[in-house]
Amino acid sequence: MSILPEAQAKAILTKVVGYSKADECTAQLTGSTRGNVRFARNDVSTAGITDDIQLAVQVAFGKRVGTATINQFDDAALERVVRRAEELAKLAPENPEFMPAVSPQTYLKTDTFSASTAGIDAAYRAKVATDSIAPCRASKLVAAGYLEDETGFTAFLNSKGNYGYQTLTSSDYTCTVRTEDGRGSGWVGHNVQDVAQFNAGEDIRVAMRKASASADAKALEPGKYTVILEPAAAAGLIAFMMYFFDARSADEGRSFLSKKGGGNKLGEQVYGPQVTMFTDPAYPGGAVYPWDDEGLPRKKLPIIQGGKLMNMNYSRYWSQKQGKPELAGFGNIIMEGGTKSTADLIRTTERGILVSRTWYIRMVDPQTVLLTGLTRDGTFYIENGQIKYPVKNFRFNESPVIMLNNVEEFGKPVRVKSDESGTVMVIPPMKLRDFTFTSLSDAV
Amino acid sequence: MHRRDFLAFGAAGVGGLVLPSMFGKVIAAEELSNAIDVALKKTLADAAMNSAKSAGATYCDVRIGRYLRQFVITRERNVENIVNTESTGVGIRVIAGGAWGFAATNELTKEAVAKAAMQAVAIAKANAPGQSAPVQLAPAKGVGEVSWKTPLIKNSMAVPIKDKVDLLMGVNAAALDAGASFIRSILFLVNEQKYFASTDGSYIDQDVHRIWAPIEVTAVDKVSGKFRTREGLSSPMGMGFEYLDGAASGKTVLPNGVTVYGKSYDMKEDAIAAAKQAQAKIKAPSVKPGKYDLVLDPSHTWLTIHESVGHPLELDRVLGYEANYAGTSFATMDKLQSHFQYGSDKVNIVADKLQPGSLGAVAYDDEGIKTKKWDLIRDGKLVGYQAIRDQAHIEGKTESDGCAYADSWSNVQFQRMANVSLEAGKQKMSVADMIAGVEDGIYIIGDGSFSIDQQRYNAQFGGQLFYEIKNGKITQQIEDVAYQIRTPEFWNACAGVCDASDYRLGGSFFDGKGQPAQVSAVSHGSSTARFNGINVINTARSLG
Repeated sequence: MSILPEAQAKAILTKVVGYSKADECTAQLTGSTRGNVRFARNDVSTAGITDDIQLAVQVAFGKRVGTATINQFDDAALERVVRRAEELAKLAPENPEFMPAVSPQTYLKTDTFSASTAGIDAAYRAKVATDSIAPCRASKLVAAGYLEDETGFTAFLNSKGNYGYQTLTSSDYTCTVRTEDGRGSGWVGHNVQDVAQFNAGEDIRVAMRKASASADAKALEPGKYTVILEPAAAAGLIAFMMYFFDARSADEGRSFLSKKGGGNKLGEQVYGPQVTMFTDPAYPGGAVYPWDDEGLPRKKLPIIQGGKLMNMNYSRYWSQKQGKPELAGFGNIIMEGGTKSTADLIRTTERGILVSRTWYIRMVDPQTVLLTGLTRDGTFYIENGQIKYPVKNFRFNESPVIMLNNVEEFGKPVRVKSDESGTVMVIPPMKLRDFTFTSLSDAV
Repeated sequence: MHRRDFLAFGAAGVGGLVLPSMFGKVIAAEELSNAIDVALKKTLADAAMNSAKSAGATYCDVRIGRYLRQFVITRERNVENIVNTESTGVGIRVIAGGAWGFAATNELTKEAVAKAAMQAVAIAKANAPGQSAPVQLAPAKGVGEVSWKTPLIKNSMAVPIKDKVDLLMGVNAAALDAGASFIRSILFLVNEQKYFASTDGSYIDQDVHRIWAPIEVTAVDKVSGKFRTREGLSSPMGMGFEYLDGAASGKTVLPNGVTVYGKSYDMKEDAIAAAKQAQAKIKAPSVKPGKYDLVLDPSHTWLTIHESVGHPLELDRVLGYEANYAGTSFATMDKLQSHFQYGSDKVNIVADKLQPGSLGAVAYDDEGIKTKKWDLIRDGKLVGYQAIRDQAHIEGKTESDGCAYADSWSNVQFQRMANVSLEAGKQKMSVADMIAGVEDGIYIIGDGSFSIDQQRYNAQFGGQLFYEIKNGKITQQIEDVAYQIRTPEFWNACAGVCDASDYRLGGSFFDGKGQPAQVSAVSHGSSTARFNGINVINTARSLG
């Protein structure tokens, strides 16, 4: 069993911290049960469950730090892992950036656990696969998809008495549907904490519709277009940008948030006035643990307000060095938007491109966060408020900073997960002008 | 896809309790020199196979793995983290009722592996009724009890931590003294102790070693607000610590004075060069976009080969098994049958699991198949894919290509990319000879930004260093270069490949594929190659 009840977790942590003879000791337990089902070519290809639980112990003698982990929990094992961490600490060079363990904190109780998700079993996963595959088979379409559900917990205690325990759940479903002849492809993704809000049989219709509608794509000239990025398409670019919201890099002059001549852009108008973004560990439907990796308490914090940069991520070391208050790192990314659906945004668009999904996004120039990537699985030309026809996929070269200075309108935000980031995000569909497509792709 | 998360991991882990848990549990350094007794492994494997057969399996393979990794992570004058990790356990794969089943356990007891084997059989039987066709394995004869080890001179795991810290601190100091504003340097050392046994009668013990020493040097000009980085020109290798000896035999000085590295890397020399070149990049003029003849150094070309040849010629992608994640392939089966003109007649591309010093080199793959070298593209024509045992028949072949791999004991093995490399040109040609023939070109060294679509048609690549070529001469360093290709046009524009004296390997520790995602290490060799009339874009933008 990888999810320890609180009393059991606390008893282990107390014992571990008690064993330590170092100046400081922090012990952390993390456990999870992850289940998955994968399917392709309208057949289940793999299915499995992975249980994992780990105890990590970090100790410090002065500024020398040692870390060790173990996955056994008898008394001898617990003492052994502490001694091993202590031995490593004694061998380690001094870390000039060492920060002492955090003092006792008060954490919010955030609603990160849903019993329905924790109750997912093999039969449920098999049904998700069947609900995805059966309608595709019936419509001569081909499904390839993946469901992964997780129930986990984190508990920690340090020698100063700082303690936390919480459980969480999440479920992530993605499915790519292709026409049998390979000329059309559609995609759907649905990331939730509470699986009661998820229905594969409904979601699959989105991917099926896009697969059928995207066949016979026409080639448009690359160039600057008004685009509507669906939330999943926008999330890839936003997630990538947030990765570079580190204050230290900005203060060191090597970030798009560095200021010419020194310092960073805090307080400056970096984005268009429509852009407001915040982090909130208790955000309904997008809640995260109420502490960050360093044990600081997360709270609701503006990141961008009316386009102005309000907060960046400071490590404890860097906030101390800069004389800033210690603030927890962002746990989730919530963007404000409007009330319109993607369909509503299409209805008010004279000419533009609808982008369902973005793919293989990579940094081209960190100076401007210029990113490149491609559209895929449903790219359509819009004219006079209607989708006219599917278009061939594009490669884009665009900076999310420039993109968020060219906002026409935001729709209603939804929870999404980008391909390559685990961050919980709530992102609106976005209508943007002058989005830069630089070449065509023949890929379907 | 080539993952981008490693340096991110390197940047974390200061002051907090952030561990590289993806790599297993943390252990003390002295435990890195241990190994599990081979007799114990055979006993466990037999217990698992007997249990599987009793439960109704028609085939069973057992992988007992001990995966060791060591990281030394530094920035400027600080050591940020030293971590040793270990992950040990047993993965059991079976065929029962014509379907695959898999289960894994971290308990190294006969009882635990026998139970896991029964679980694997139960999963296989549960999957069997929904299966369209039974699994068909290409025949393989057992090889008995054999062993193999990466040829190495110095076992990295046995080198004292202090020597590693001293090396990196020396590298960082040299870069800072040469004008770098910042430097991150990392040692990433891997030892996979892998035991494979199967009901075909194989008991294979392999000890695989890899090393990677990436650096990232940044220059900042506070007055202009500009910054540039230059990453190291080393390659991850299937070698021991001797790779870092900096031997003269491993060095090549290119016609523009840049030093590149083969089977020996001088980390300090490269860091000093990187510091100077990063500063030069800030002042270098911006490229004029247009069509250019590109001269690509092997330190760059490996990634283009990886993305535009290695991936599209993976049979599972061709068939659609990766459609929801890594994608499919433009190089469909009909193109194999018609020997599609993938590239010009200068383009010969081989898959090779034997190449010494490469990341993919092993004697047997994770299905116990003896590894080999085979053709993917010959004289520009598509002639092969990369396939494993249960795929070979689809391609009309009677044997696996020997390219199955699992990144841990707890993950199931599947088809992964072999070392895929561009063969050196047969005619004698140096880099200087090649450049002398270029009128209007760009010379690119080192890998940079990379992105390719899900069928591997449209790709865009950057680099570390760019030099303008005018009328056969290198004129100046330039910046803001990226080139965009359509895969078949690009390889058909290949106008020449330098001879074998210029052949070098590049590679990645982090080729990602599958759900749940697995990583794999792979090398790609080439000599400097020329591609005519390639579209180059200017990547400079202004944030106002």
